[in-house]
Amino acid sequence: MSLIQVAGLTHTYGEREVLQDLNLSIGRGEVFALIGPTGAGKTTLLRIIGLLEVPGAGEIYFDGKCIPRSGKQRLEIRRRMSFIHQKPQVFNLSVYDNVACGLRWRGEKRNRIAEKVDHILEMVGLEGYKNRNGRTLSGGEAQRVALARSLVLEPEVLLLDEPTANLDPVSTAKIEQLISYVARQCNTTMIMATHDMSQGQQLADRIGVLLAGRLVQTGNATDIFRLPQNEEVANFVGMENIIEGIIVASNDGIATVNISGNPDGIGIQAISSYPVGKEVYACIRPEDITLALSGTQSSARNSFQAKVTRVTTLGPLSRVEINCGFRLIALVTKISVEELNLQAGREVYATFKATGVHIMERDSSQ
Amino acid sequence: MTEIWDGLTKAIELLISLDPEVMEIAGRSLTISGTACVLASLICIPLGSLIHFHHFRGKRALINIIQTLFTVPTVLVGLFVLVLFSRAGPLGFFGILFTPPVMVVGQMILITPLLLGFTISALNGVSKEIADTATSLGASGFQTAWLVLKEARYAVLAAVIMGFARAISEVGCALMVGGNIRGATRVITTVISLEASKGNLELSIALGIILLFLALIINIVLNRLQQR
Repeated sequence: MSLIQVAGLTHTYGEREVLQDLNLSIGRGEVFALIGPTGAGKTTLLRIIGLLEVPGAGEIYFDGKCIPRSGKQRLEIRRRMSFIHQKPQVFNLSVYDNVACGLRWRGEKRNRIAEKVDHILEMVGLEGYKNRNGRTLSGGEAQRVALARSLVLEPEVLLLDEPTANLDPVSTAKIEQLISYVARQCNTTMIMATHDMSQGQQLADRIGVLLAGRLVQTGNATDIFRLPQNEEVANFVGMENIIEGIIVASNDGIATVNISGNPDGIGIQAISSYPVGKEVYACIRPEDITLALSGTQSSARNSFQAKVTRVTTLGPLSRVEINCGFRLIALVTKISVEELNLQAGREVYATFKATGVHIMERDSSQ
Repeated sequence: MTEIWDGLTKAIELLISLDPEVMEIAGRSLTISGTACVLASLICIPLGSLIHFHHFRGKRALINIIQTLFTVPTVLVGLFVLVLFSRAGPLGFFGILFTPPVMVVGQMILITPLLLGFTISALNGVSKEIADTATSLGASGFQTAWLVLKEARYAVLAAVIMGFARAISEVGCALMVGGNIRGATRVITTVISLEASKGNLELSIALGIILLFLALIINIVLNRLQQR
């Protein structure tokens, strides 16, 4: 049975509808990532689940019980959860008092508090910081205090709102480690909002894509990243090649997609069971395209001669725009760029497998 | 010019010799204003929190009225208290007119708007996310309010000190309801006013110096608090 269930949730801020008829169910011990761009309603959803806000319409069920809109029961249920905010708000108290406050509010005994706080500070690596004022901490330390403050309560549900949004890579890695440690060791149910897709992929059992207040798709990381349900999701998850076409042949589950507006009738081979004549999008992840100087010796079904139009460096990778009768974007390592001497005007072969192409139905109404 | 100079030297003599009359008056000032300030704080800090943490109709208007009363003339408060506690007044049965207790009451009324207003703005200065964080860590409404108040402690303390400063430096109310009775209700400001008009400058100047010195201390403390 699910621990948290959200049914028909709709919420507005003034005129603006931030959440629209949202349904979601999260199992005990599950780590669920909500991904979506800024302003999609992730924080609002977490705030409503965390009982910090009362939804405009719809119900929240916790452990099978419907949560009332007001009253003492909300506090009782809220005390079984804990919320990590995007910007850690450290109280103007010592680190120890910051971490202890949640336990004090629950009326824990003094010596139990001391034990638990010491243990948790050690776990987050802040054992020497007990007497430091919370306000003197760095961003990463503050977020660890916030994490400790929540974890010390041993919550059944941990809600995390962009827990690493403002942190440097080292602090981010530390926080991510802690989150995954807790998820494994304590079997804590987690709902985490993030706009960092790799974080969602790394930490979560299941991912939900929230776009403009609607939960567009939920599924495991592979589903979301490889098989997005529609163009919006595909765009958001970094599916950079979304090519409009029509299925012209279908054989043993292998379909040929003719690229729209292409007089030469270039066809992409893909795995799909859609019938001939279906209007579709062919989606190819840029990292699934390989570039080579010759187009032979490969089992891949799709190989096109192309001309490089632009090369952009993105850290260790390079984003290469090519034209092979239609526009494609490939992500290759910087070393490949140097070896192949990729630059605008260079002739290359772009190759990708039929299994690397995700065929998505094109909504004719759009 | 010599008059002023004489006054000043004699005043310093009075201060150095810890003249009993000067000390008595200064002590009474501190006691009355200190008591008024503490009692008003005990009322205004919880009341201000109540106003801050509750949403109700007319909240904005109420805060506007409170802020307007920051500058209520002291003599007006004096008049109000005088009418209230005069023998024929509604609280006349207390029989405390022209005694220190009624001066305390007057100063409390005088600084209540200031303390309320500054408590509310001190609490407003605490980020809403602090309250949210507390709530999400399982604090009840009261526990959240207490935490927010603790976060605002320096600003609230500054409000209290401002209240004390206004109380100890006012003259209108203390004069009207205290009556400036020697050995009973004379405080620094009333003595300065009365003795100066009698031409007795040295006592006035000595007390004026004490008042300025108090102001200096208050300022230093306030500055320290604002740096926190």
